[in-house]
Amino acid sequence: MKCDVVVVGAGPGGSMFSKTAAEAGLKVVMLEKRQEIGDPVRCAEGVGKRALSKMVELDSRWIASEVKGARIIAPDGTSIVMSEDKGGAEVGYVLERKVFDRALAENAARAGAKVLVKTRATGLLRKDGVPCGVTAMRFGEALRIDAPLVIGADGVESKVGRWAGIDTALKLKDIETCAQFLVQDSSIDDSYCEFYLGNSIAPAGYVWSFPKGKKLANVGLGVLGSRSKPGEALRLLRQFVDKRYPNGRAVEMVVGGDPCSGPIESTVADGVMLVGDAARQTDPLTGGGILNAMEAGIIAGEVAAKAISAGDVSASGLKEYEDRWRATIGRHISRSYEFKEFFVKLSDDDLNRLLGSLKGEDLTKTDLRGMLRVLFRLNPKLLWELRHLVI
Amino acid sequence: MLKGCVVLLTVNRYKCCYCGACVGVCPSLALELVETWLEISADCTECGLCTRICPVGALEVKA
Ligand SMILES: Cc1cc2nc3c(=O)[nH]c(=O)nc-3n(C[C@H](O)[C@H](O)[C@H](O)COP(=O)(O)OP(=O)(O)OC[C@H]3O[C@@H](n4cnc5c(N)ncnc54)[C@H](O)[C@@H]3O)c2cc1C
Ligand code: SF4
Ligand code: SF4
Repeated sequence: MKCDVVVVGAGPGGSMFSKTAAEAGLKVVMLEKRQEIGDPVRCAEGVGKRALSKMVELDSRWIASEVKGARIIAPDGTSIVMSEDKGGAEVGYVLERKVFDRALAENAARAGAKVLVKTRATGLLRKDGVPCGVTAMRFGEALRIDAPLVIGADGVESKVGRWAGIDTALKLKDIETCAQFLVQDSSIDDSYCEFYLGNSIAPAGYVWSFPKGKKLANVGLGVLGSRSKPGEALRLLRQFVDKRYPNGRAVEMVVGGDPCSGPIESTVADGVMLVGDAARQTDPLTGGGILNAMEAGIIAGEVAAKAISAGDVSASGLKEYEDRWRATIGRHISRSYEFKEFFVKLSDDDLNRLLGSLKGEDLTKTDLRGMLRVLFRLNPKLLWELRHLVI
Repeated sequence: MLKGCVVLLTVNRYKCCYCGACVGVCPSLALELVETWLEISADCTECGLCTRICPVGALEVKA
């Protein structure tokens, strides 16, 4: 099989790339090793409203619920409410990703991309050492796809990058190991996302509860890999849910790894670009990666169209992708990485002091960044290391 | 490690939830997730990183 560009992985990153590139006239083939796109889910499904609506036409089929704001709960139980339209910049909708991911892939197909499910890329084809497509296994049969450009949108596993010589292996301190239940319980607040902090409940991570409507919520947690031991995420989740929702019913289980490394050194090589989790573009502080993967997919799609028509898919021909994502997503996640590196060091006492200091502050118009600014004003000593990020 | 030697890393397939987190941390590219089936290759150096990242404790380096 021959095409202009072969895309490995049909998550939000791969599908947005494929749609953009196909609309620009490229012949696109997108491979997905799973037989069902979007399933099983590895996600808490929270996204900001505004950024999402800029990239895709909203559809009630994949919006499970809309939230009013976020509540942050300190280890000592103190709770802080961030509001509505601003807190909602981080989390506004809770999606139904099984439907969402499939809808994005359908959009790509509608734009002209060819989609092959149950097809797993197994390596790069090379000519004179330069990548020129992939080998794949399709329903038990070997397949070769020749293409001058290969997109690694293969998520946390990120093998395409490593085949191309980009070291994407995550250090334990740069990945959160996560477990989540979809919990049904009458005490679930359908209007607020909740974030619980504490080193005993989620070491160097947090517990989230993202409501999906009708007293259902994605209740999960992440533990920093360097603070984890085998099976720790699931063990801590069971402990939390037993305590917080003693009568709750877990009707689904999700586990996964969420990169939190901040920008990696390189995301392009000759004939290869990486997008989304494969490029480690997740926000290291929140763990959110859907929107960044989509945005990176769009940028890479635009650059691919130019590079193919110019006949230059060398690393330098693809540099515009590198420059553009680093100026937007990259700047944002570098700051988040520094915040993360600082916050993971805090004790429960520090966390209690910080969140306690916000009591009496009006945060109804504040987003995460605004809240960090207020925190810095109130706790300059404790947060001194972060001054260059806040000022 | 010599090819053909017995790798001491084991996966409990009754526990594994095929999430791919272990694949993302393996420095030796020794793991491959084939939908729901995790394959371990002879390139495994038994460093144990993947066992620590597994959210459900499905991986173990047998002594
Ligand atoms: C527990 C958890 C909670 C999260 N919560 C949130 C959240 O609330 N909000 C948010 O924004 N983000 C969240 N994230 C992060 C988010 O899920 C990812 O950032 C997002 O899915 C990245 O999209 P992607 O397209 O890069 O990769 P993915 O969605 O991971 O897609 C990669 C695809 O590539 C396929 N693939 C891999 N290898 C191959 C191969 N060799 N051949 C063919 N196909 C292949 C995979 O099967 C997969 O379908 C969470 C992550 C986890 C683990
Ligand atoms: S990290 Fe654990 S649950 Fe996930 S694929 Fe690897 S062995 Fe399976
Ligand atoms: S033990 Fe180390 S080398 Fe072996 S599969 Fe796990 S991470 Fe890779």
